[in-house]
Amino acid sequence: MSGHESKYTPNSAFERWLDTRLPIIRFANDTIITFPTPKNLNYWYVFGGILAVCLAIQIITGVILAMHYEASVDGAFASVERIMRDVPYGWLLRYIHANGASMFFLAVYLHMFRGLYYGSYKAPREVLWIIGCVIYLLMMATAFLGYMLPWGQMSYHGSNVITGLFGAIPLVGESIQIWLMGGPSIGNQTLQRFFSLHYLLPFMIAGAVILHIWALHVPGNTNPTGVEVKDVEKDTVPFHPYYTVKDAFAIAIFLIMFAVFVFYAPGVLGHADNYIEANALVTPAHIVPEWYLLPFYAILRAITFDLGPIDAKLLGVIFMFAAIAVLFLLPWLDTSKVKSMRYRPVARQFFFGFVVVCFLLGWCGAANPDAAVIPALQGEPSLVVNYTVDGAPASATYRGGAEAFEQAKAFMASLPEGTNASLAAVPAPTFAFRHLSLILTFLYFGYFAALFFIGLTEKPKALPESIHKSVLKRKPKEMGNAVPAE
Amino acid sequence: MKTFRILAAGLVGLAFAGLAHAAGGSKHPHGPEAGWPFEGFTGQYDKASVQRGYQVYKQVCASCHGMKLLSYRNLGEPDGPFYDPAFPNPNDNPFVKALAAENEVMNATPNDAGEFEFRPAVPADRFRSPFPNDAVARAANGGALPPDLSVIVKARHYGADYIYSLMTGYPDFSLYEDRIIEENGETIYQTVIDMAKFEKLGSYKPDHGPAHMIQPTGQYYNPYMAGDATPNFLGDPRHTPPGGFLAMGPQLPDGRVEYTDGTEATTSQMAYDVAQFLAWSAEPKLEARKRTGLATMVFLLVLTTLLWFSYKQIWRKVEH
Amino acid sequence: MTTETHDEAVDEDRRNFIHIATGSVALGGAAMFAWTLVDQWNPAADTRAASALDVDVSKVPLGGEIRILIGGKPFFVRHRTPAEISAAESVNISILPDPESDEARLRPKADGSLNKAILVTSGACTHLGCVPVGPSQGNTGDYGGWYCPCHGSHYDTSGRIRKGPAPSNLPVPNYRWVSDSVVNISL
Repeated sequence: MSGHESKYTPNSAFERWLDTRLPIIRFANDTIITFPTPKNLNYWYVFGGILAVCLAIQIITGVILAMHYEASVDGAFASVERIMRDVPYGWLLRYIHANGASMFFLAVYLHMFRGLYYGSYKAPREVLWIIGCVIYLLMMATAFLGYMLPWGQMSYHGSNVITGLFGAIPLVGESIQIWLMGGPSIGNQTLQRFFSLHYLLPFMIAGAVILHIWALHVPGNTNPTGVEVKDVEKDTVPFHPYYTVKDAFAIAIFLIMFAVFVFYAPGVLGHADNYIEANALVTPAHIVPEWYLLPFYAILRAITFDLGPIDAKLLGVIFMFAAIAVLFLLPWLDTSKVKSMRYRPVARQFFFGFVVVCFLLGWCGAANPDAAVIPALQGEPSLVVNYTVDGAPASATYRGGAEAFEQAKAFMASLPEGTNASLAAVPAPTFAFRHLSLILTFLYFGYFAALFFIGLTEKPKALPESIHKSVLKRKPKEMGNAVPAE
Repeated sequence: MKTFRILAAGLVGLAFAGLAHAAGGSKHPHGPEAGWPFEGFTGQYDKASVQRGYQVYKQVCASCHGMKLLSYRNLGEPDGPFYDPAFPNPNDNPFVKALAAENEVMNATPNDAGEFEFRPAVPADRFRSPFPNDAVARAANGGALPPDLSVIVKARHYGADYIYSLMTGYPDFSLYEDRIIEENGETIYQTVIDMAKFEKLGSYKPDHGPAHMIQPTGQYYNPYMAGDATPNFLGDPRHTPPGGFLAMGPQLPDGRVEYTDGTEATTSQMAYDVAQFLAWSAEPKLEARKRTGLATMVFLLVLTTLLWFSYKQIWRKVEH
Repeated sequence: MTTETHDEAVDEDRRNFIHIATGSVALGGAAMFAWTLVDQWNPAADTRAASALDVDVSKVPLGGEIRILIGGKPFFVRHRTPAEISAAESVNISILPDPESDEARLRPKADGSLNKAILVTSGACTHLGCVPVGPSQGNTGDYGGWYCPCHGSHYDTSGRIRKGPAPSNLPVPNYRWVSDSVVNISL
């Protein structure tokens, strides 16, 4: 599974016996003990280990929650509350699982931004990157399926929206949607199949993680310089104990943050509406997905125009899926040979811009699309009197202070009977979130297009000769101090 | 380039500020002035208040609102309002048994004749439901379904603050005025509130002439209720007061219950107690959670410190 | 040179100590977390709450029994006739497979007296857990108590095993007299 030469020597008769039959100890040894890892990895490289812990925590707590959960529309909500109230430590396990999903995504986003910054997707690691994208897709599917299980208002209506996305596909969309739901609407049968899949997918993620690590261990890790390992002795250290202890330290820090959420703010990442049992007749005023899907939700809603034969609904779905699909193409979109953004002065600024765009998209996803981005810049609403003249709608607009209201009232009083006059306040036009979302959507895709062109023209900084040299260069002062005073 | 980063950081900060400020059509709820005792890293419920809150629920709310996720035994479980260390099993706690027995519930299993009999509740029973089903509940409440209160504090933005604000936020009945107007030759009887006199509204300044709010039959205005009051507001629609209408009228006038512990039952006291009781019922494991949390945080800090030294030891001879 | 070697040795010790301490603390934490995973298999609070029942014994007909389920487990409450009581008391307990006097199988009321007419036992045969037949089914076995049709165990009017493969008497559950006519049976 790893590209380096095995350093394992069986010590006992049993190990020698086993090694010729199932070299599992050799495999473990080569993978997590002696694996040569660049010595200059910084803290941005700890999220792989953190993600492994997240997956293990989610699977363990999830298997246990499934022992107490009841996948039925009548029992799901109450069974979740029973876990919270009656099952010994059930509240803890559920809060770990619910917040664990958020922690998982937090870590995966940092892991992905790390990969984007240090060019981890470039040759010879394209397959590694693509498997990572597959894992990310599986994670989103698992999270969406799991969010449905408590059978709260957000669960139900969120599932409705997501399954509705498939309905936008031309010709076959509606059939696919009905096939997914197992009926004309989300119901008991949908809950049961989604529960089954929610249990299955994490194990597929675990399988994909094994492939991911395999694909990592053939070319080996990238590193902040982007220069490949040239001399194993000088450039690398064995994974254990150097990176096991560093990862463990990072995991402990991560667990502290995790624990703060679980014990002191367990509901802050959730939504109050999900504590109302699902009701198909009442949609919550403001449907939003969990925070980690907000940027994609913003892209989905940003598209409000038709493009030729493609209507806005389908176009939004296409853009949303394209936002993920573009990640799969990234290894070939980025034309630069230099991996690390450290040595790419122009692309680096674009990268930081991209991070900001992602955050802002998340902000847009959470906001009401018609709300003003900066309320202070929005003008006063105007008063509009709507009425009919001989059956045709007409309106009169008034602006200003109290006198505008008086004028509007006087105008209404002056209208003859039968004109159905009504008074409304119309907000002043402003720069709303749907406008911002649209701009950001193009900036999101623009980043990937920009990488293509920047790679062709950019003049990178000088790369260090080797990992070893780069480490020495950074530490002249410390080395100076290390010289003992004579 | 530096400016670019500062700008970026500013935008990200703005994004978070925007998330915190989710605009709504209702007035921002506020808690009691001294805050809630169950807030913060070590906050716990005020047991006496939760006990009084149960009394308010039992004597006022329970006639319309069920709490189907709670059982009487929950009242006597550890961290519950009527927990007695002498009875670790709440089913044996005579006080809890007495509280349960005050309620008649339908037996879950039929008797020998196949009929479902009513009997006094035991601690293992769920809280008595005021209505046998939702349809009856709607019919008895003018078409509105009184929501189940088991997890209401977690099911509403701002939680206990919202309950407290809603229960104390109604305009006083003295502000209601009945009037008769002529419109298009028809005589219309209206109950209205002059919003200019509704001082509790605080920030609302009716400087745009008369501002009357029509009270539809069976509906009550409350500035904290989610909704849009524009259709019923006769004043300038650009200055519609916050809030909306709900089918529940003000329920907690001073002295509505007589507290067994002698506390004076003012509106705000009752709202405070019942909000705290509902906070407990929504999150009965809050105290256990914070205790476990404290131990976990101490453990993780120790572990992290040790790992830091371990890490420094192992890496001390490697340039990296 | 010697001092340097000494420093190295001290350092090596400290290094080992730190790692052992770190590892132990980490393992301790993992064990604590594992405990929550183990504890959640224990009966939940609602299950425990359903594990006790007040039974009105005044409704049991003389010479008959009622069968009740508590937490899914069967129990017999039998109203014994004077003849059945004396049959249970007159047995020479030394000949029994599981010697136990009738009195030892009853629980006193709050005032210390015994109500010999009411016998409360488990309803699961001690052989392999079948539910024996009794007065309700019109078959009380060779000794007037219960008969287990699965493998032919006979119980007497005190619920004691007399004949057949069952190894011990029908266990007496944990119960107490709440009043003169109500017993509280709990698991």
